[in-house]
Formats: sequence, structure tokens, C-alpha cells
Amino acid sequence: MAEEEQTPGAEKPREAARPVKREAADASGHPWVRSIRAAMPDAVVSAKEFAGEVTVVVAREAIARVARHLKDAEDFKYCVDVTAVDWKTREPRFELVYHLYSFSKNDRIRVKCGAADGEEVPSIAGVYLAANWCERETYDMFGIRFSGHPDLRRILTWDGFNGYPLRKDFPLEGIDTGAAIYPEEWPEGGGPPKNDPNRRFVP
Amino acid sequence: MSDEPISQAEKDEAAYFAERAKAQGAASPGAAPEAPAAHTLFDVQEMELNFGPQHPSTHGVLRLVLKVDGEKILEVKPDVGYLHRGTEKLFETETYPMGIPHTDRLDYIAAATNNHAFCLAVEKLLGVEIPRRAQLIRVILDELQRISSHLVWLGTSGIDLGAVTPFWYAFREREQILDFFEEYCGARLTLHCMRIGGLPFDLTPGWTDRVSEFISDLPARIDDYEQLLTDNRIWKRRTVGVGVISGEECIEWGLTGPVLRASGVEWDLRRAKPYECYEELDFVVPTRQGGDTYDRYIVRVQEMRQSARIVRQCLDRLEPGEIRGKVPRVIKPVAEEVYASIEAPKGELGFYCVSNGTNKPYRMHVRPPSFINLQALPRLAKGHLVSDLVALIGTIDIVLGEVDR
Repeated sequence: MAEEEQTPGAEKPREAARPVKREAADASGHPWVRSIRAAMPDAVVSAKEFAGEVTVVVAREAIARVARHLKDAEDFKYCVDVTAVDWKTREPRFELVYHLYSFSKNDRIRVKCGAADGEEVPSIAGVYLAANWCERETYDMFGIRFSGHPDLRRILTWDGFNGYPLRKDFPLEGIDTGAAIYPEEWPEGGGPPKNDPNRRFVP
Repeated sequence: MSDEPISQAEKDEAAYFAERAKAQGAASPGAAPEAPAAHTLFDVQEMELNFGPQHPSTHGVLRLVLKVDGEKILEVKPDVGYLHRGTEKLFETETYPMGIPHTDRLDYIAAATNNHAFCLAVEKLLGVEIPRRAQLIRVILDELQRISSHLVWLGTSGIDLGAVTPFWYAFREREQILDFFEEYCGARLTLHCMRIGGLPFDLTPGWTDRVSEFISDLPARIDDYEQLLTDNRIWKRRTVGVGVISGEECIEWGLTGPVLRASGVEWDLRRAKPYECYEELDFVVPTRQGGDTYDRYIVRVQEMRQSARIVRQCLDRLEPGEIRGKVPRVIKPVAEEVYASIEAPKGELGFYCVSNGTNKPYRMHVRPPSFINLQALPRLAKGHLVSDLVALIGTIDIVLGEVDR
């Protein structure tokens, strides 16, 4: 093993380099955005481009129609991913994020829409089969309900789990699930003690 | 060669469902109010069966709730989440570099590619350039990891179908690859072998020679596995025509990786959206047209050969140089969002990273190939036998660490 020679080189302090400050550009003139706007004049809220990725923010009610339009008219046949972001203090609180890919264009588009706590989002599982489990996961982790989803159940946690783990107000230690193995340390019904100094939340 | 048995299986399936429909149709109109007839041996008798989570062929803790009629599968309901560890939540609590070890635990038999995808996402956010030597070494590590992942797949899915011998050969070679990783970064499985902006270490002296020797040997070793399986009649009986899926359906289900390519879609992120130095490398994206379990096996074996070619080319191009780009000590990207993905051994592995300008990711989402691919299992298994289900779980190559995260 020649780690001795290697490690000092890797740990040598380098001059501090700042990454180039880059900013998102407006992309409302992008052909895909114009295409959505032409089909659904009220759907597009904003559009931007950053690091070669086009992001379109659309109205929540229109998301399934936008997905259908992108799939049929713009050839975005492959739904890469569906997820959400909890912005905690922003209004609306959640942001749904959809990544779609087109084989003919060899490019991705990111479609986003906002949703307040408790608001239902139209499901795109009818447009893309692949979105089925992604939406279930988003529901499981954030508690966002999708209207028209064929089988909206929890997927990674179990049915009856109390809470939505990826919300920012879900404590990092977890919560009492009623399945305590050591009741003397984790009193039943109490979960991790509320006055536990180590109890923390994600920033 | 795969035409005739596929149609046979399809014929069986169609005949079976036609028979069932007839039996049900005949039973319902004349719904006899009198005493129901006693079940005979060959009646349709639906039964629910729990498969896993402790079944060895589920490659971890996958639970499937099967509805079966004798040996025939009527419905499969996957139940995942037994290995959920909240990785995405953990990413949010720790700084960017501290997130890399967590990625090792996603797809734990292909840690290098996970590290790579994570680093690519953060690098895209930072806009840093990776030195050429680091790019080449990353590609070497990726491709070695791909070979080792496919070897694990070959060995274990072979065992699932009763082919015990290839396992020992496949793991012999995998052992060597793990030794290379151990020599490079000290770990064999949870590698943590990449850093944001480059690599943690340079190569140890003599490493390239040993890898080179291994790579020269590899095609002959792959020939050995192929001799055991490719024309093996039992292997073909178990795999040809099992779980046929067309290219369009694959895209509809979001299937990626070897599963997609075995259905005739020539799509590989290394070719479609090249990262690092893949665009200058000469390799073939193996595809097959049948879309069955046998074709997926062939595609994976061919991919190992191509990976060996890629490693060879990278080794030839290696020159001394920097292994880390200019990355600040404290990583604080601009408040933006990016999605970066790579071709992992199992398909498209992507990281969606949202930054709020602090040194911790505001949100880091994993797009795991295993999770999305597993979704199509009910579609693949429909109408097959329970024993085929074992072949199908093997053929989509899931790792539960990545499914459940």
C-alpha cells in the first residue's frame, strides 16, 4: 500500500477558488414553453433556464394537461421522476417537481407546480405509468394527495404511519410510532422526549 | 432463436386466460342458488401468498403479495420500504461532502456509480470543471463497478434459477475487482471513492498494471460464463420468453438500463448525454430485440465486455495530472436546482439537488433505477408461474437499498 505518498498530496491546501457565480436565465421564449402556452394560454406561470435545464412552472390545476400535451405534442415520452420540495415558509408551501425526457430531442424538461398544504394535485399517473410509484412516494413523504391516482397508498413507510418524514417540521429522530421496543427509554405515547436537547429539525 | 418458445409461452398464457374466462363466464350467468359445487382438483382456486420479505430470491427484503391460482400468478403486489432509512432526509442535515458516504448505502453493490452521480449533481450546481485525469479514473472506477455489479447479478440470478456453478466463477472475478477498490480507497463495498470536484486519492503505484492484466483476462472469463449459460438448455427453458416487454412499454413504465436495451431501444446515458469523457471513448451499446429474460442476460454479458473495452481505453489515455478541480473549502452553491444523472449498472440514476445558498442541500432527491424498474414487475409477471417470478425478480436486477433508500 502506498497510501503514505498519496495522502499528503491530496490533503495539500489549495488556493481558494470561488465558483463562477451563475444565474438562471429567463426561458419564456423557449419553444417548449411557447408550445405549452399556445395550447393552454393560462397554464404557464414562469420559465427559466439554468445549467442547460429548462424549468417551467405551471398552474397546479393544469399539471396533468401539461403533461399530456408534452407527451403527445412535444414527444416527452419518458417520465423520469416525480418529487416535491417543502419550502416551509413560502406560499404555497410545496413545490411539485416533474422531470420528463424526450428521446427524439435527447433533452429533459422540468415542470413544476405549487401546492398548499392539503391541496390536491391532479395525478399524472394516467399519462405516464411510471409516475404511479413516484406519486405514491411523494404522498408518503410529503402528504400531498394526488387526485385521480389509481392507488394512492403509502409506499416506503407503512399504512397508518403518523407523519410525513420529508416535511421540514418532521423531527430528525423520528416520532413515536407506537412500536417502541424499549418502553422505559422511549415511553409509550411519548416518543422521543419533547425536552430532549438533541431533538432537532432540518434547517 | 428465441422466437418459437416466446410464442409458445404466449400461446399458453392466452389459452389459460381464455379457459379461465370461459370457466368464469359459464359459472356466473347460471349462478346456481343451490349448494356450490365442491372444488375439484382443477378448478380455479385463488389464493393469496406472501412471498418474502425473507425469501432468498428477493435479493434483500422485498415482499410480494401474490394472488395465485395454483402455480399461475394472477396478480403481484410489491410491498417495499423494509429498508427505508430516510437517506434523503439525512442529506438535508449534513453538508454536501458529508452526503457522499450515504450514497454508498443506496445501491450497495455499485457504490462508485452512486458517488459519481451525487458528485455530478453538486458539480453541475457549482459549475466546476473536473481535471482530465480525474475524469478518466472516475470512468475506470465506474466501469469496474459496472462489471462487478453485473457479475453479482449473473451469479445470484443464476443461483435463483438453479445454475449454481456460474456463481463461483463470477464471484472469483468480482473479488479481484473489490481488491482493486480496496487498494484504491481502502474500502471494498461502501467505497466513498469520489469527492466533489474530483477524487480523494491518486492511484497507487502498479494499480493500472494490475487492472490492465485483469481486463485482458476478462473476455476469456466471460466466455467461460457464457459457455455455462448461453446455450444451456435448462437456462434457456427458464429464461426465453419469460417476462417479455416491448420497447414502447418499457418507456411508458420508465424502465431504463439493460431492461430497456434488451427490448430494442438503444438508449444509454453514456451515449445519449455523455458525462466525463465518455464521448471520446469507443464502445457499443448492446441491444437485443426480444425483450425477455434471456435477452436481458445477453445484454448484461455484452455490457461487461464493453466495460472492459472502456477501461482499456481509459488506462491507455491516463497521464499524470491533477485529480481535483478548483473547489472551495466550504461548498456553498448558488440557490438553484439541478438534476444530474448517469448510467448506473441498473439504469438511470439521477440526483435532483436544490440549494438555498447554504452549505447543506435544501433538498436532495434520488431517482433510483431499481425503484422505478421494480414498478413494472406486476406487468412482467402477469400470467407466468411462481417459479418464473424468481427469474423476473432477478432479471430486473433490484437492490433493495436503492428501492427503499
